[in-house]
Amino acid sequence: METYYNPTDLGKFAEIGNEAPEMAKKFFDYYATVFAEGELTAREKSLIALAVAHAVQCPYCIDAYTASCLEKGSNQAEMTEAIHVACAIRGGASLVHGVQMINSSRKISL
Amino acid sequence: MEINFAKTLAEHHLHLQRGKTTTLQINVGRLCNLACRHCHVEAGPGRPEVMDRATMADVVLFAKRFPFQTIDITGGAPELAPGIDTLLRQLRPLADRLILRTNLVLLLDARHAPLLELCTELQVGLTASFPSTNAGQTDSQRGKGVWQDSIAMLKRLNAIGYGLPGSPLELNLVANPAGAFMPVAQCQAEKRFRMDMARRWDIHFTHLFTFANVPLGRFRRWLESTGNLGQYRDRLAAGFNPSTIDGLMCRSLISVSWDGYLYDCDFNQAAGLPCAGEKVHITTITDLPEGMPIATGDHCYACTAGAGFT
Repeated sequence: METYYNPTDLGKFAEIGNEAPEMAKKFFDYYATVFAEGELTAREKSLIALAVAHAVQCPYCIDAYTASCLEKGSNQAEMTEAIHVACAIRGGASLVHGVQMINSSRKISL
Repeated sequence: MEINFAKTLAEHHLHLQRGKTTTLQINVGRLCNLACRHCHVEAGPGRPEVMDRATMADVVLFAKRFPFQTIDITGGAPELAPGIDTLLRQLRPLADRLILRTNLVLLLDARHAPLLELCTELQVGLTASFPSTNAGQTDSQRGKGVWQDSIAMLKRLNAIGYGLPGSPLELNLVANPAGAFMPVAQCQAEKRFRMDMARRWDIHFTHLFTFANVPLGRFRRWLESTGNLGQYRDRLAAGFNPSTIDGLMCRSLISVSWDGYLYDCDFNQAAGLPCAGEKVHITTITDLPEGMPIATGDHCYACTAGAGFT
């Protein structure tokens, strides 16, 4: 079935550097630095990436960071909790804008 | 991606050869109380392949002829092999370290209490399968209820001294991934398991080892049936690390099958690849020379990926 997202396309990510190699190199070097073990462990960073992947709804990132989390020793329960964090922030961001609605409504209401 | 282990070795100008053989691994059979989904020997209830007492006696004579530093007894579930107690008693004086693999569940059964007492008396090290501190991951790999029983048995083993700091009773854990993905780096996994298990259940162990699942037997069939085989084999092959070759266990280990034949490792047993290309019985072997080529297959990528299987 034709779809916009093909799992094998993730393996072609480096091709993005064909037309702008310098920018791609800087991005991939930065990316590698971000995910290296630091003050946060590589496992913790993968869990954050998995949560963000769900927030930005990137299927490539969801596949990649599901495997990465498992390979760094996280289990499905921890990964599910991480996604709930993304969900809570995303949902909370919508809900807190309700204050804007209340302010606007009050302004134009008797 | 091309999957050809022999070609990969040649491309790196590597030769996989036997070094000094210091470990004897004895697979006493495929009978097991569990039918784990990643099992490369497809062990399970009802499997008839079990080492008989005559072959056990041959193994003891073999161990006397070729002194080994370590003797490692695996299965199946070795606890189910009739005569395992005699085998342990006879092997004990023949090596510095004697190890018995266990799935933990069987040892909970009161019928195996004498075997556990014997292990304690002889200071037999126990190596237990324990894939995850998470119940869901463990049970999905090993069967419903296994995680709970494993935790109960680990507590009992700690209570008799196994796995405690400074204790001569070694309790090592083996964690294979619960699926078609690579294992956690060993030092990180050991640190995390140690912290989690002490904090949550006050359980202690000696060391933890992480190994990739080998695409053979029941695990291979699962990979095929779920469409994971291609990507999993590619991951293993892409992770080939030439620096693992020197330390591979097959270079220093000889593996004996339930019927007394020699293999370079337990995986080659499952793959039907005998030592030196022909089936040789332990009663006829006269030498295990250094430099002897090791039989390989494409499953060998599982031992050379990343940090390797040593």
